[in-house]
Amino acid sequence: MKPRLVYVTVFVIAACGLGYELVAGSLASYLLGDSITQFSTAIGLYLFALGIGSFLSRFIERRLAERFIDIELAVAFAGGTSAAVLFIAFGNGAWFRPILYFEIVCVGTLVGLEIPLLMRMLKDEIEFKDLVSQVLTLDYVGALVVSLIFPLLFVPKLGLIRSALILGVANAAVALWSTWVFRSRLAAPAWPRARAAAVLIVLIAGMFTSEQLTRLGESQIYADEIVFAKNTPYQRIVITQNTAGFQLFLNGALQFSSADEYRYHEALVHPAMAAAKNPRRILVLGGGDGLAVREILKYNDIERVTLVDIDPAMTDLAREFEPLRKLNNSSLLDPRVELVHDDAMQWVAEANRIFDVIVADFPDPSSFSIGKLYTTRLYEKARAILAPDGAMVVQATSPLFARRSYWCIIKTIEAAGFNVRPYHAFVPSFGEWGYALAAPREFPVPNSTIPGLRHLDGPSMSALFQLPPDLGPIDAEPNRLNNQILVHYYEQEWHRWN
Amino acid sequence: MELSRRQALAAAGAYGLSLTFGAAACSTGRKRTPGSIAGPATARGHLLKEGAPLAPGAAEAAEIVIIGGGVAGLSAAWKLSNCNFNDFMLLDLEDAAGGTAISGTNETCSYPWGAHYVPVPTRDQRALCELLLEMRVVRGFDSSGRAVAAEEHICRAPEERLFYRGEWSEGLYLKPGASADDIKQFDRFESEMRALAGKRGRDGKRAFAIPMFHSSSDPEFRDLDRISMADWLAARNYNSPRLLWYVEYACRDDFGSYLRDVSAWAALHYYCSRLPDESSAPAAFLTWPEGNGRIVHYLSKNIKNRSRFGALALSVEPRPDAVRVVYHDFTSQTQREIIAKHVICATPQFITKRLVAGATDRNSFHYAPWLVANITLHSQPESRGFATAWDNVLYESDSLGYVVAKHQLDRRGPGDVWTWYRPFCDADAAAARTKLINYNFDELTDILSADLVRAHPDLADRLANVDFYKWGHGMVRPERGFLFGGARERAAAPIGNIHFAAADLGGLPLFEEAQWAGVRAAEEILAARGVSFTSSL
Repeated sequence: MKPRLVYVTVFVIAACGLGYELVAGSLASYLLGDSITQFSTAIGLYLFALGIGSFLSRFIERRLAERFIDIELAVAFAGGTSAAVLFIAFGNGAWFRPILYFEIVCVGTLVGLEIPLLMRMLKDEIEFKDLVSQVLTLDYVGALVVSLIFPLLFVPKLGLIRSALILGVANAAVALWSTWVFRSRLAAPAWPRARAAAVLIVLIAGMFTSEQLTRLGESQIYADEIVFAKNTPYQRIVITQNTAGFQLFLNGALQFSSADEYRYHEALVHPAMAAAKNPRRILVLGGGDGLAVREILKYNDIERVTLVDIDPAMTDLAREFEPLRKLNNSSLLDPRVELVHDDAMQWVAEANRIFDVIVADFPDPSSFSIGKLYTTRLYEKARAILAPDGAMVVQATSPLFARRSYWCIIKTIEAAGFNVRPYHAFVPSFGEWGYALAAPREFPVPNSTIPGLRHLDGPSMSALFQLPPDLGPIDAEPNRLNNQILVHYYEQEWHRWN
Repeated sequence: MELSRRQALAAAGAYGLSLTFGAAACSTGRKRTPGSIAGPATARGHLLKEGAPLAPGAAEAAEIVIIGGGVAGLSAAWKLSNCNFNDFMLLDLEDAAGGTAISGTNETCSYPWGAHYVPVPTRDQRALCELLLEMRVVRGFDSSGRAVAAEEHICRAPEERLFYRGEWSEGLYLKPGASADDIKQFDRFESEMRALAGKRGRDGKRAFAIPMFHSSSDPEFRDLDRISMADWLAARNYNSPRLLWYVEYACRDDFGSYLRDVSAWAALHYYCSRLPDESSAPAAFLTWPEGNGRIVHYLSKNIKNRSRFGALALSVEPRPDAVRVVYHDFTSQTQREIIAKHVICATPQFITKRLVAGATDRNSFHYAPWLVANITLHSQPESRGFATAWDNVLYESDSLGYVVAKHQLDRRGPGDVWTWYRPFCDADAAAARTKLINYNFDELTDILSADLVRAHPDLADRLANVDFYKWGHGMVRPERGFLFGGARERAAAPIGNIHFAAADLGGLPLFEEAQWAGVRAAEEILAARGVSFTSSL
């Protein structure tokens, strides 16, 4: 056994050990937000687990080389798959924190065993003062190297899942190599060698399929603690919580914050209710959170509200998730509310009833499948089921951040034969927000509404229709199914701000 | 089976991966994909080739018999019906109408088996506009003369995407990594096409019109038929590999031909005929989940009682003021004889030459074999880069990529059907045809997976079913010198009371040509009978 070869081993395992620590810390702060707390907790726990490992090392007395190889393989497997396991756990919503801390303790303990064992194997071959000096030096140099490679190369080029797998591959390679380095100490080197090869293959194979795992969780960073997360066939629903309240995200895009959603939803619903004559039959497209319906149910004459949202998981959440059910005032449990789970475009095209007010509350047009819900086709079909003295309102993204997208939506509704009045509201969580009030006839700016609203009364409602110059009209083409120009505008414009 | 080295490597790589991860599921050999192989009723057709013995029963009398229920035959029937002339009978070898525009349906979706779109026409394509107005697909016309179609029938965005080096990008021209010279050549090509689109010959007709019958006979343009598209491009110093691929893709797609074989006139016609003038945008496409099956269904639904399927025409002989038709009826397994006043042979010329006595001069019509697969998926395969489009093309692949059947639907659900097209562009079509006919199901599946696995590594796990359709004579090929060599005109001329209608008589395998030919044949007969009618041509 040549000491120099062993030093290479020390260097690699030290580097990997710190690598796992960085993976755990980054993942915790990445997925849970609040990076100072998360990073600090993860690192503290990991260092503590190293201590547990060092303490436990005294109980390993015989066949050190074999145990060392076993531990290497365990580190390789547990550490290498740690990021993947955590991403999957996060994707499934439940048990994320317990799994995170268990992973940290597990990997930390195993890594804590490595150096003491190695030093004990070398103690008879190298003088103690040299041994301590060399091993610790390499330990810290390895740490420096990986802490530079990690942010500069690993995470940007490979992502967290593959970074962890690469570290695992390095550990497994050390195990495999050790079956030669320590062969004089091994009773039967073939068996540990086979196991090391197997772990190595599994980890390398993992690197080729990690793509979809990464995509599962990496699309967004949330600032606050996640209290609910679910992937549905249509979207990823996440709810986060902070001291001000809770927030709903769909595919990483903020839909509302409980602190100021009343501004958004009052501005969405009440102008259309004021512009329509005697509204009793209401259609809400999208808006599965039940918050627009809550506003609608403030009117006494409502006969029926039909809510068309493609995702049953969203309306279930609105009815069953306590904080949201409280916020929407149990609106989706009201007997006057009819829930339909269907594609809004198809449903509107096939509907053969007339509505007095239509509320189109879709997520922003960030993809072709949502972009189609902002086309002339949808608005033409909507016009066909809107009463002649009815009104339609469309949430129309931010006229400040995505001005051309906003005016594209206005032009599209006009191209479908509506008269349109653009208006805006200020919602702190979103910033300046835009809407379009539309009717199949000339209509005045609405200037009165029901009493008891928090954000709006008659004068403030008509003030929403004053657009300052920086939100004013600009050229845009109507959005049609065969051009989906809005998705292009939207992508270009939000790209500038992100 | 011929796989390029690259395809073989890609397939081997994917297979290796699936072994690593799906090892438990299929430790012994390949996973068997459920599916089938179909084709035109070739066994039935070969009765004709070998000349079955005649044993006719009692002769039936008919005014008009239309042989062939493809778009040409259906269009002839449509024109006759629209002129209130309903005394006709349509015979087709298959069990359903449609020819190369047939379609299928399963629990996931409807899908095409062949032709799957029609470009939005201009006002001067009168027969097509008349049909589409009647179907309520078209609502009117804009100021440039282009038809305005209802939004739900127009191909939705994104229309096309292209796969290259692990990633999809938008559009059909490969933009990522293009050099300044590539872009310059592409722009030059596009502007040259625009200029040609507006050109008219000395006879005042458009250089490249659709249907092609209306094109100018000015030799300045017709002579382009004598050179190949490859030569035309070379003469203009087009050498950007991306541009050449882009143009060749169009020729493989529309004509089943490589640049070196296809007539330059035909290739230019593809780019120029659908632009009404140099300033208008390229035509949008009309398409449906079942492709042109939508139109076939419309055309055939009202003539069901006058259609006989499983009816293989055996011979068509001119008689004085009449035509004798003998056909084999597969339902009753008997041979029948009809004495008709007029007959429309709406069959492709490789059939017609065996069918009609005295119609032998049709050997210069050549056809490209095609393989079509309908891939039913229970969930969406992975794909990197630009979002799934209607037409999904792989750069430098032998296939044409695939079309997504549910693209035009709002309610999409989890599964989908992809229609994958693979033309055999080999100069020796007969050899390619034999090769295609001999492939078994496993070989066809291998060709398909080797092509698509590069873009969708997990395709095998998403497959519910694969059905193949072998088109021995998929489409007529406008090879160099064919279009204006005189063969088409000779083949289209009536023989006694026998009239001819098929897309191949126009030399271009297009819906517009088939429809025009069918309507033209119907009008020839109406005129001969002295029936008064308004022409749709």
